[in-house]
Amino acid sequence: MSQAAQKTTPLYEEHVRRGAKIISFGGWLMPVQYTSIVEEHHAVRNNVGIFDISHMGQLLVSGPAARGWLNTMLTNNINKLEVGQGQYTFFLNEDGGIIDDLIVYRIEEQKFLLVVNAARTDEDFAWLERYRPKDVDLKNRSANFGGVAVQGPRMAELFRALFGENVNLPTRNHIVDLPFDGTSVSVARTGYTGEDGVEVFFRAEDAAKFWNSALEEGKALGIKPCGLGARDTLRLEVCYPLNGSDLSPERNPIEAGLGFFVDLTKPNFIGREVLVKAKENGSPEKLVAFRMQTKGPPPRPHYSVFDDGNRIGEVTSGTLSPSLNYGIGMAYVSAPYATIGTRIDIEIRGQKFPAIIEKKPLYKKS
Amino acid sequence: MNVPDDLLYTETHEWIRREGENVRVGITDHAQSELTDVVYVELPKMDRQVNAREATAVVESVKAASDIYAPVKGTVVEVNKALEADPGLLNREPFGEGWIFVLKIDDPGDLKQLKDAAAYRQQIG
Repeated sequence: MSQAAQKTTPLYEEHVRRGAKIISFGGWLMPVQYTSIVEEHHAVRNNVGIFDISHMGQLLVSGPAARGWLNTMLTNNINKLEVGQGQYTFFLNEDGGIIDDLIVYRIEEQKFLLVVNAARTDEDFAWLERYRPKDVDLKNRSANFGGVAVQGPRMAELFRALFGENVNLPTRNHIVDLPFDGTSVSVARTGYTGEDGVEVFFRAEDAAKFWNSALEEGKALGIKPCGLGARDTLRLEVCYPLNGSDLSPERNPIEAGLGFFVDLTKPNFIGREVLVKAKENGSPEKLVAFRMQTKGPPPRPHYSVFDDGNRIGEVTSGTLSPSLNYGIGMAYVSAPYATIGTRIDIEIRGQKFPAIIEKKPLYKKS
Repeated sequence: MNVPDDLLYTETHEWIRREGENVRVGITDHAQSELTDVVYVELPKMDRQVNAREATAVVESVKAASDIYAPVKGTVVEVNKALEADPGLLNREPFGEGWIFVLKIDDPGDLKQLKDAAAYRQQIG
């Protein structure tokens, strides 16, 4: 893809100005790191980090029929959401395969905000548009909005510095609108790192103001601007799936181990029949988390997984865990092997290295 | 970006230091910066014979694995074992303690194919 065809977020100039290394990610020019993936990773685990997530898609669904209809498009049950609450959920195709994973927030009685993966935004929008009844309104506000994730144990201190000592953080998975420096932003208590954190959404023109204020106020807390590199190592340590790697249209949420976010008691949603069968019959393969047993090379996507001489699966995500200092990853393996404690081998450049299937998450705060 | 004048370079970002019949090989400051944090180095076996542009070592960053190529034809006579315990040497001292292997070269004339510092500086812009 040529540079000219690439999209940039409202924070792109800030990334360049601060010396970030820029890469192409799903059609977007994004910072992969500022100084060091490992340093940024530790900043989030120990203090606080801020990530540009403006590339993520933001779709709005509203109208009197919005709730009933959206519940037929999503796997989780949005009837459980009160106003100001969000949940993790999926769009599935008719075969039960994953189109996207997303968070849906009920931001008003009859209005929902869907935060979706950057590379899938247009596809998700087209998918919804294809099924949308006339009395439901669907908008893609992605181009006019930005967002950041503020993550780490010192996030709450930064939140108070930015919004005021007496302003309450939203509770987990909840979203609130808060005044900020003459404008209004939405703050959701969620994240993709395994740390306490918020995601803040704002109009594109307010992006630089929020970003720079957070970095200024966060200085005393050890804040670091973080890139996609640290975002990936952080999420993999806590086994959050990445769409396009661990999730795909060929995989369903049951085999990905994410059945908790599928409500099969709902009478009707796209992909339901296939998932009911998958649950009854069991999946031939399952997504597991594993840790290397030796300090060898880190596992990578598409490496083969073996039991003795038999190929039993394939790695979907892998890296060296900066917190554990061991190679870690996730892989789809044949169901009989998908149990905690199973010893497996990962083939790396023709050589087999021992690993063990572990309980998710691989990293837990001590 | 640091590009020492007394070294030779390849298009694939290795540096080469002539040491009599041998050459010491590492990756450039530019390369280590592009790779990001190096977390693992796979060294070649001693006495391995390699051709010019043959993948000889592997450097793994947090993000990806990258091949390191032999700049000229030769035999591996020394490898930097210190990288096994401390792969970050490649990031911290790419031209010093972060060297990767030493080749005994077959034909010193082969070194004429390599770039000087000025040409490499031009390449990385």
